[in-house]
Parts: sequence; C-alpha cells; structure tokens
Amino acid sequence: MSQPTGAAGSEVFDPAALAHKRTRNLAEHVIGLLLFLCAAASTLITVGIVLVLLRETISFFSSVSLIDFLTDPQWTPLFQEKHFGILPLAAGSFMVAAGAAVVAVPTGLLTALFLSEYASERLRAFLKPTLEILAGIPTVVYGYFALTFVTPVLRALFPSTEVYNAAAASIVVGIMIIPTISSLSEDALRAVPSSLREGAYGLGATKLEVSTRVVLPAALSGVIAAFILGISRAIGETMAVTIAAGQMPNLTLNPLESIETMTAYIVQASLGDTPHGSIGYQTLFAVGMTLFLITLAMNIVSQLILSRFREAYQ
Amino acid sequence: MPTIYDIDTGGKAPALEARDLSVFYGSKVAVKEISLTIPANRVVALIGPSGCGKSTLLRCLNRMNDLVSGARVEGEVAFRGKNLYDTDVDPVEVRRRIGMVFQKPNPFPKSIYENTAFGPRINGFRGDLDSLVEQSLRQAALWDEVHDRLSDSAYALSGGQQQRLCIARTLAVKPEIVLMDEPASALDPIATQRIEELIYELKKEYTIIIVTHNMQQAARISDYTAFLYMGELIEYGPTESIFTNPREERTEAYVTGRFG
Amino acid sequence: MGTAFMVLCGAATLVGVVALVVLLADLALDGAPRLSWSFLNSFASRFPERAGVKAALLGSVWILALTALIAFPVSVAAAIYLEEYAPQTWVTRLIRLNIANLAGVPSIVYGILGLALFVRTLGLDRSIISGALTLSLLIMPVIIIASQEAIRAVPSSIREAAYGLGATRWQVVRTQVLPMAMPGIMTGAILALSRAVGETAPLIMVGAVGFIAFAPTGVFDSFTVLPLQIYNWISRPQEEFHQLAAAGILVLLAVLLTMNAAAILLRNRYQSRR
Repeated sequence: MSQPTGAAGSEVFDPAALAHKRTRNLAEHVIGLLLFLCAAASTLITVGIVLVLLRETISFFSSVSLIDFLTDPQWTPLFQEKHFGILPLAAGSFMVAAGAAVVAVPTGLLTALFLSEYASERLRAFLKPTLEILAGIPTVVYGYFALTFVTPVLRALFPSTEVYNAAAASIVVGIMIIPTISSLSEDALRAVPSSLREGAYGLGATKLEVSTRVVLPAALSGVIAAFILGISRAIGETMAVTIAAGQMPNLTLNPLESIETMTAYIVQASLGDTPHGSIGYQTLFAVGMTLFLITLAMNIVSQLILSRFREAYQ
Repeated sequence: MPTIYDIDTGGKAPALEARDLSVFYGSKVAVKEISLTIPANRVVALIGPSGCGKSTLLRCLNRMNDLVSGARVEGEVAFRGKNLYDTDVDPVEVRRRIGMVFQKPNPFPKSIYENTAFGPRINGFRGDLDSLVEQSLRQAALWDEVHDRLSDSAYALSGGQQQRLCIARTLAVKPEIVLMDEPASALDPIATQRIEELIYELKKEYTIIIVTHNMQQAARISDYTAFLYMGELIEYGPTESIFTNPREERTEAYVTGRFG
Repeated sequence: MGTAFMVLCGAATLVGVVALVVLLADLALDGAPRLSWSFLNSFASRFPERAGVKAALLGSVWILALTALIAFPVSVAAAIYLEEYAPQTWVTRLIRLNIANLAGVPSIVYGILGLALFVRTLGLDRSIISGALTLSLLIMPVIIIASQEAIRAVPSSIREAAYGLGATRWQVVRTQVLPMAMPGIMTGAILALSRAVGETAPLIMVGAVGFIAFAPTGVFDSFTVLPLQIYNWISRPQEEFHQLAAAGILVLLAVLLTMNAAAILLRNRYQSRR
C-alpha cells in the first residue's frame, strides 16, 4: 500500500485554507459577469428594435395623423399626392397569410396526425427531416418558384390571373410554413399521454376515433398555438411575397390580382430613393412597427396557449 | 430532543461536527436541528427510511447543497474547528477536502486516466501526475484491472469498476473525509462486496460517512450508525449497540425491519 | 372510414414531399444548363451570357465568416449564463421570454434595426460589417435556444461529480459541460448560420446591392450576397436572367447542403471521440 494520504488530524490546520482564493474568485466573478452581459445583450436587441422603431414612428406621426394611417384606404407615400393608409398593405399581408393558412393548416395538421398516429418509426424518421428541408430553403427561392412555376400554372387555369398575384405567393408561403405547423402540432399530439389513448382503445374505440376524438381535442391548444405561430411567420414573410405578389398597394379580395404586403413595401422603399429624415424613410419604420406589433402579439398569444398546454401535460 | 451518545473519538479531534443543523427547501424542513460528531478514521453510516433527510444531511457536510436552488441551511458544520458555513469559507475549498461519491457511478465521458487526473488538474497539481493516478487507482483497488488500458473510455468499465473509478477520482484530490451517498445501491452483490472491502481499507486513512438504505451493509461496514427519521436524528451511537440494543423504539422497529 | 382517413393524412404528408420534389426539379431544369466554371468565376454583368456569381459567392463567404465570429461566442456565452449561472429570478425569466420572442420577430424587422443602428447611427455604412452585425442579431436567439437545449442535455450527475471534486463553476462548465454540449451547440449554430446565408430581406435593408463587379477585400467594403444577386436577377423581366437566377439558386443550395453536411460530420466526429 502507498504512503498515507488522508491527512486527518496530522498537521496543523489553518482555517484560512478554506477561505476564498482571491485571484480565482475574481476570475470566476469576471467570467460570470461577461456571461451575464452576453445574455443581457439579447435584451438589448429588443430594446434596440423598440427604440429604433419608436423614434422614427413618432416623427412619422407628427406629420401623419394616426386616424389617417388606420383608415385611409390608399397607400401612396412615394407619389406626388401622398396617402398614408396602412389598410391596403395590412390587407395584402393578411390576404397572403390567410391563403397560406388555407394551404398549410389542413396539410400541416393532417401531416402531424399521420406522423404521430399512423407512420412507423422508420417512415417518420424519413419524412420528418424531408419536410424540414422545406423550412430550410431560402425564401428568395420560394419567390422564384412562385413567379416561374406557380403563376404560369395559375394563369393556365384562370386566365385573368395577373403576372404578380397574391395567390401564387400564398401557395408558396403555405408550403414554406407546413413544417412549422406540422412539427409543432406533432409535438403537441405526441405529448398527449398514452394512457389516454389506451383508455379509449380499452372502451373499444377505433384508431380514427382515438385520433380525432381523443388525441386531437387533448392536444388542441398546442395545435392552435402551432397554427398561430405558422400564420405569424406568413405575415412576416418577405422575399417570396415581394417577388411574387407584386408592389401594388391594392385593397382587394381577389387573390388573382397584384397586391403589396407590409414586408414588400419595406423592401421596395428601402431599394428606392428614401433619404434619411424624409417622410418616405419614416414610413419604413411606421410600417415596420405595425408589422412588429402584429407578429409580436401573435407570438405572445401562441406562447401563452402553449404554456397552458404544457402545464396540463408535463 | 434527539438522544446523543457520547462518541469516543479515541483522544483525537473529531473529523467533523454538526451543530443544530437544519435544512429547508423553501418552507419545507428536510433536516431538523441535527447535532452529530463524526470521529476521525471511522466509518459512520446514516440510515433511515427514504425521505428521512439522510442524503440531504450528507450533502450539507461538504456544501453540495449550495447547488440546489431554494435550499437553505441553518446551524453549523465544524471542520477542524472552522464552521464551513461561515461567510469567508469557499465551498470549492470545502469540497476539495471533503470529497463525495454518488449513488450512481458518474464517471466523466473521458479516459480512465483523465477521470482520475481531473481533480488534481483543476486543483493546479504540480508533480508526478502519473504516479498520483496510479496511487489513487491502487487505493481504490482498481489498478490491477485497468493498468494496461488507462486510455480506454471510463464507459467501457463495468458498473462496479466505474464506481471504484469514481472513488479513485475522489481520492486523487487527497481529501480528509469521503462522503458516500448509497455508493453500492446500483451495483450487483459481488461489486457491492468489493466496495465494502474497499471502504474497510480506506478508513485507515480517511474518515468515511456513508448513506445507505441497506441495514446489513451499515452493520457490516460502519463503526457508528445514525438513525434518521422524518428529518430528525433519532439515535446515534456505536453500530453494534444501535443494532443489538437500541434505546429508541423507532430505531428498533426500523433495524428489525418492521417499517421503512 | 378509418382507412380513408389514414390515406387522407398520408396524402397530406405527401403534399409537402411532392412540393419539395417539384421545386427542386423545376430549379434543376431551369438552372443546370447555366451552371459552369465561368458562371462561378465571373462578376455580375448586364449581359446574361457573361454574368456570374463570383462577387455574390465571395460576399456570402465574408458575411458567413463574420457572422459566425460575432454571433457564436456571444450566443454560447448567453446560453451558458442562462443554464449554469442564472439565479431563478424575474430578470432571468424576462431574458428567457425575450429570447423566445426574438426568435419570432420577422427578419425584415432586424433589417430595419440594422439600417438605423449600424448603417446610420454607428456610421458603418452599407458595408459587410453592417450586414454581418445585422445577421448576427437575427440568428443569436436561434443559437442561444439551441445551445441551451444542448447544455440542458448534459446529465446533472456529471456536474455533481465535478463540483464534488472541488471544481469551480467555470471549471465545471469549461471542462465538462461545454465539451459534452458542443456537438449539439455546433449543430444548432451551423443550422442558424445556414439561415443567415439564405437571408435576403435584412441585407437589402442594410444596403447590400445587386450589382457588384469586384471581390470584397475588407469588412468595410460594399457587398452583395448570393440570395440578393438571385433576387436581382429574378426582378429582371428577361427569361435569360431568370435562368441565371435558377443557376444562382443551385449554387446557394449547394452551399447550404455543404454546411448541413458539415454539421452532421462534425457532430459524428465529436460523438465518436467520447
């Protein structure tokens, strides 16, 4: 055996040996502080966004009244005769989002049901990453696809379709958000305890009944949160709608016409000549603020629903 | 008030003394005003039904409880006359002198050598690391099994070997006291027996405090036994008298297997 | 009835898969004929037959490298703080909530922030550094969330073991938690970076331009990136430019594919080393 190493009671003990080592402690504190600053930086991003948007938005509203902004049916800030009504842009954004929802909500939900209730583990292991590729494709690519593939198909089916139209944009944005909706819905469906499923099967329910009358209702809040998050993505989507839906602020309900979304306007204005301090420059921020508030509200609602759902099952 | 036996520390200073030690989780009391003297170079077993506070008590003795958010400690733990809960005491220094072995073997995802060398390395050990690793592995009765494959992953070892590696890892820091939290509960009987033999060897050089739910184990390996129930110290004394001649009815009920 | 429903669900799943196949096939048919070495090695041009993606490709590489350099350390540090250091207080909860919300802010809003903050206020102008800083802000929440998950997946028994041996908090993080979490962190970071590489809108805001006929030489140069060059070509009415856009998209997708493959390789290498 080796020489004794345990020092119990052997040499004289100085209690200071247990004290904080000053250099090490200082280093630990400095590191902790640095890490905290990095975490706090994320909060500064939000503060930055809000401040930047607020500053120019306030200047904007010193020359345009809030009432006009919210009720004027025309948006022509870059023309001779200026109108600053957000309605056509907001309507454009909502029309694209609604169209995308028509594509993505049923598809995403049924996909989620298929993946969580029907698909074998192997099939799921193939399908899930494949679908997630859709979320990883850059949005400019969807814009190209909408303009050069979807629109020609639409024009063949409905000859009145314009070259730039809301429908093509809606369809590709819908495809884009399928993985968001299917993936989050699937998480919600799979979080439903298997005891609930087994209980229903024990009562003689069929798989269809279990899926649609037991699992889906139990996961409903999680699924709705997924819908809201997906639609919020659609509203914030920029490049595909800029390329495919056009740049024509147009208060219409016809998806085959050219329109302009809030995001597309921001791109259009920043590409054009909008000198710093001009009203055109300020419109960027006013529209950006509107967009930020709408998507933020949707995200918060979605998170609130989701946290309720988690409380129920986790 | 709990009954405290006088502990014969053989004229030596005690290794550790808890005085009126209480632990709270939020408003819940996990350990209630426990006083306990741990003699040096002895094995002390903490026994009691699950949830009695024995693990919590153990984790207070080297301030591992600091890591649990919401845990609050009152009272004192004296180590060589110094209260470990004094504000000028660094818990990191405490843990370097009072080591800990956990319930489930938890080697790092590294080689056998690196596992053993981890403690000395972070402590800024200057000297012959190879021989310190060898010495520690020998003390943990693991050297003969692993000396020709020190660079293998620790995960390649059996559960019992992993636990002895964790003991070697603790010894490499040269602590004075080793706390063991049910170190054999995840092991088979043969591996358990090896750990028990090892503990018997180790008490020549270290003071060992062990939590166990296995009363036979406590009876086999410990010199002193403390019985805890619902956060209170019910009885503490030489292991033999706790098991053969307990003063408290609840102790007797527990050691004879009538509850818990 | 039950079978019909299953078929319906399966068919819905196929919608996504079919859309992906059609999209890729359409791109390959349009763009593949234009792919060539000279396409990769030529600058933008008014003449479609001479135009190439050299400036855009180089610009994307610059932006990618710089964004990684800025966003990665800050995000990982933030994740370490939130998982290993932060006391459970309202400040911590606020930071967490904030990060979750930031991940849902449309990228164009980050563009507006970048325009006002970096281009105007800090006077960095329409440069690579403005673009990289803007994209860093955009992907930081994504990397933070991925890193937090990776750090949370490290078993607490490993932390206890290290603390029990007298390791300080930072020693525990540096020697045990980070090495174990690194594969997950890297995977998350590379996926976030590939999002940055595909972004267009925020870079339009901070003034990346569609027509650049030189290779960038420093972080204060003006620049373009692949998605922006593609957008520029799509906006032209001529069919020839649309083919260039498709070819550019193929290059962009190849870059993204390479990055994702790198993520998988890296993860496997880390895992086998344990």
